[in-house]
Amino acid sequence: MRVVVQEEPFDFGREAQDFASGHSNMGAIVTFTGVVRDADKGGMDRMVIEHYPGMTQKALEKIAAEAVSRWDLGDVLVIHRHGELRQGDMIMMVATASRHRVNAFEAAEYLMDYLKSRAPFWKKEYTADGAEWVAAKDEDEDALSRW
Amino acid sequence: MDVLYFAWVRERIGIPKEKVETNATTVMQLVEELKTREERYEVAFSDLSALRVAVDQELTDFDASLEGVREVAFFPPMTGG
Repeated sequence: MRVVVQEEPFDFGREAQDFASGHSNMGAIVTFTGVVRDADKGGMDRMVIEHYPGMTQKALEKIAAEAVSRWDLGDVLVIHRHGELRQGDMIMMVATASRHRVNAFEAAEYLMDYLKSRAPFWKKEYTADGAEWVAAKDEDEDALSRW
Repeated sequence: MDVLYFAWVRERIGIPKEKVETNATTVMQLVEELKTREERYEVAFSDLSALRVAVDQELTDFDASLEGVREVAFFPPMTGG
């Protein structure tokens, strides 16, 4: 299990390759990458992600450990960035390795659902009109109930 | 104890962190105490349904105990991922 919180960009291709090649007895590797899109109202100049330095790493490790305990996983990788990002930048990625794909897919979805609303990150979008905090969506909270 | 604020809670209160001497035994009592300080606190804590709290860096509820606690953080619902 590897959990990384960092400001700098990560190399998705290299991370995915390293993760996949380290697990020769796993039949399934699933990766998900979150990318900065435009603000819903358009015209976004940049996004700034604030986080809670003391808590973020622990919260992510707890979420990843819970995934490992629920599914038959060989490994889990979580990388999440903070700081200033632009449209098209990769914000985060998760990767799961399992003997079978169902576990790898489900665990990746679980990780994503919990990262959305249980990891201490807050996004702020800057447009020509000013800056606005991104509001949490009810559906993100509701998504947790299926687990 | 240290009290931390993040995102718009930090902006409304105007500081990211402060030391608070308190006899409050629960998070809710601490919130009530802070609200009496100045208007900016009252504004920030006016709708608790829009806030989340972590005690010693673990998410918890507003009725959580503050016994032995070193750090309390207030913030809006998280938007990771």
